[in-house]
Amino acid sequence: MSYPAIESTTLVETADGGGDERRRGRLRRSKIAERSESAASRLSSPWASAVAILVAILWTIPSVGLLVTSFRPELDIRRSGWWTGLTGPFTVQNYETAWSGSGGLGPFFVNSFVITLPAVLIPITIALLAAYAFAWIDFKGRNFLFVAMFALQVVPLQVALVPLLKAYVDMGINGTFWSVWISHAMFGLPLAIFLLHNFMKDIPPALVEAARVDGAGHVKIFFQVLLPLLVPAIAAFGIFQFLWVWNDLLVGLTFTDTGSRPITVAIAELAGSRGGQWHLLTAGAFISMIVPLVVFFSLQRYFVRGLLAGSVKG
Amino acid sequence: MTSSIGMRRVRGSAAIVAAGSLALVLAACSGGDGGGGDATGGGDATGDGGGDTAEGIDCAPYEEFGDLSGTSVSVYTSIVEPESDQQIASYKPFEDCTGVTINYEGSREFEAQLLVRIQAGNLPDVAYLPQPGLLNTIVTQYGDKIVAAPEQTAANVDEYYDPKWKDYGSVDGTFYAAPLGANVKSFVWYSPSMFEDAGYEIPETWDDMITLSQTIADEAKAGNGAMPWCAGVESGDATGWPGTDWIEDVVLRTAGPDVYDQWVTHEIPFNDPQIVDAWDTAGEILKNPEFVNAGLGGVDSIATTTWTDAGFGILDGTCWMHRAANFYATQWPEGTNVAPDGDVYAFYLPGDGTSKPVLGGGEFVAAFADRPEVQAFQTYLSSPEWANAKAKATDTGGWVSANKGLDPENLATEFDKLNAQILQDPESVFRFDGSDLMPGEVGAGTFWTGIVNWLTGTDTQTVVDTIEASWPASS
Repeated sequence: MSYPAIESTTLVETADGGGDERRRGRLRRSKIAERSESAASRLSSPWASAVAILVAILWTIPSVGLLVTSFRPELDIRRSGWWTGLTGPFTVQNYETAWSGSGGLGPFFVNSFVITLPAVLIPITIALLAAYAFAWIDFKGRNFLFVAMFALQVVPLQVALVPLLKAYVDMGINGTFWSVWISHAMFGLPLAIFLLHNFMKDIPPALVEAARVDGAGHVKIFFQVLLPLLVPAIAAFGIFQFLWVWNDLLVGLTFTDTGSRPITVAIAELAGSRGGQWHLLTAGAFISMIVPLVVFFSLQRYFVRGLLAGSVKG
Repeated sequence: MTSSIGMRRVRGSAAIVAAGSLALVLAACSGGDGGGGDATGGGDATGDGGGDTAEGIDCAPYEEFGDLSGTSVSVYTSIVEPESDQQIASYKPFEDCTGVTINYEGSREFEAQLLVRIQAGNLPDVAYLPQPGLLNTIVTQYGDKIVAAPEQTAANVDEYYDPKWKDYGSVDGTFYAAPLGANVKSFVWYSPSMFEDAGYEIPETWDDMITLSQTIADEAKAGNGAMPWCAGVESGDATGWPGTDWIEDVVLRTAGPDVYDQWVTHEIPFNDPQIVDAWDTAGEILKNPEFVNAGLGGVDSIATTTWTDAGFGILDGTCWMHRAANFYATQWPEGTNVAPDGDVYAFYLPGDGTSKPVLGGGEFVAAFADRPEVQAFQTYLSSPEWANAKAKATDTGGWVSANKGLDPENLATEFDKLNAQILQDPESVFRFDGSDLMPGEVGAGTFWTGIVNWLTGTDTQTVVDTIEASWPASS
């Protein structure tokens, strides 16, 4: 994507310029071509491919092991490694027990959605407004506030657990979904504001100024000028936050009660009081992994674009 | 039955296929409803059983707490599904009597979360503490949060429990927590049919057991059959604890209960010669390459074998004996028949043949509120009525209490009855698992790691010296 774009700009330059300019342009063009060629050859060398494949295999082995294990009968799981069971026998018994047995994951799967969707939407909404203010509204102490806000990112969330729980108990919302939503929103906000602010700052000021000259207010600028441009950034942060909230155990464990537990907490309980049912854990892990996988694969286009867009725009 | 499983499978896979869209939420909802429906079905079934027992229990003891209907008590425990279903079912008679609602919450992270919740003020009314050490910690650090047991509860405990149990539920002379369930750790698992085929008798004394082990080991060396003992102490971040039980059981047998008490309270040092003796006696089995580790490797493989799976060799004849607690009964693979004439059974780990020390554990009911309904519930839990209701609700077995009012006939399995007999036997000298009584640095720290070092080659004296050095100065 980016190579043709650069080439075309250099071509435009060479067409516009006079003799000297043209030579310089050609020189520049050949340098860029050289660099891209060497990069391409380096990337497509058989050695690089071999290393990439090796790394990919190494990274996948644990997941494959989990997958194989999750389909093996209980006694096989307990008595031998998954590599001895590649040829079967296989069973879906573990999935059945994990999903609908006593303490099964079914209801908690729904809880995870109830927790995750607002926990993604709330910080995005707040962060968009905050990022707009930090990027385009000039007010006193803006930079200080922005740095202070981002500094919160360094505070580990573990130190906040007990004081937060205390506050929720005092407010009487402990054990409801609100405490989890608010916690996730709080812990997600600094990064969200930072990301969206940087992205908004990269949008050419001329665009915003032109809209302002045309008589648009903050609301119109935000919704009609900036929001369409922000979709990749929102999607990128949305995926981040979704994965983080869906996979979170600590916040879920601390702030929920029996009825509002997310699936991660339920999986941790799946092993039973004395850990005797641990053969169900692999099946439970895969049930929980499906959703993040689907979300990631269906949105990965935005994900990559959002990351790249933030870095090359301007 | 088959059709309902089939339907569930269809629902489950439908949810998986639909994942990623809004449809997923709906499908998962229907799947969730299905699961919920099933659960309620099960609840109804046990509820009916509970209803029957409710007619049997006497509501009078709870009337003195006044009119409790409409109130509720929250319970926080480390007991999760499926065992928690039986706990909840056993509260039914009390709920029917008084109109109190019991809100049950179980978590495997109980021990860490309870302290967090105490600090944050998010207190449960009642918590089941799995070890006296935790009670001690809470009383010392958060003495203003925990409340002493009401006198009715204390009266029940005086009447129905061995005085030793009341000691374990007390801190500095104040009685806080009544015992709930119990477990018995002094067991050796074996295969009745293997013993019968080989003509071996259940050993009555420790020496008999060593002789039997030697006979089996000689046979194994001659190529006939398996080695006598299998063992495993791997248990994630708690690796080593099954080994501490071994040592404690042997201390009770070689040095006696009095020395045991002095040992766990640090009146005698951890490296006292009597304790060293006990380690070496245990080592006659655990560190004897002719005796262990049947079907699993050498002596050092004990340290890396998962405790939940270590005894499975008994099922396929690669191991003769495995020392483990009564709750190992639930570890056997589904379908294993635990009975005197079944696939596996357990015999009491013998001592000198005359005294009968029993190593065990249990939960204790601590309360963080003194409202009348909480006190009434504590009293119910300490009563024989509850013990019998729980016994009836536990239709799959695997539960026992030290309550002397518990009628063993109400217990589901032969093995549970054996447990109850051992606990209620006036000859038995019960002692609580020592590693649960020692300070956490030792009981859940150096004692565990000491076991691992000992099994992987360090000599006894070095190990006990290291553990002694780690004992916190204040205690």
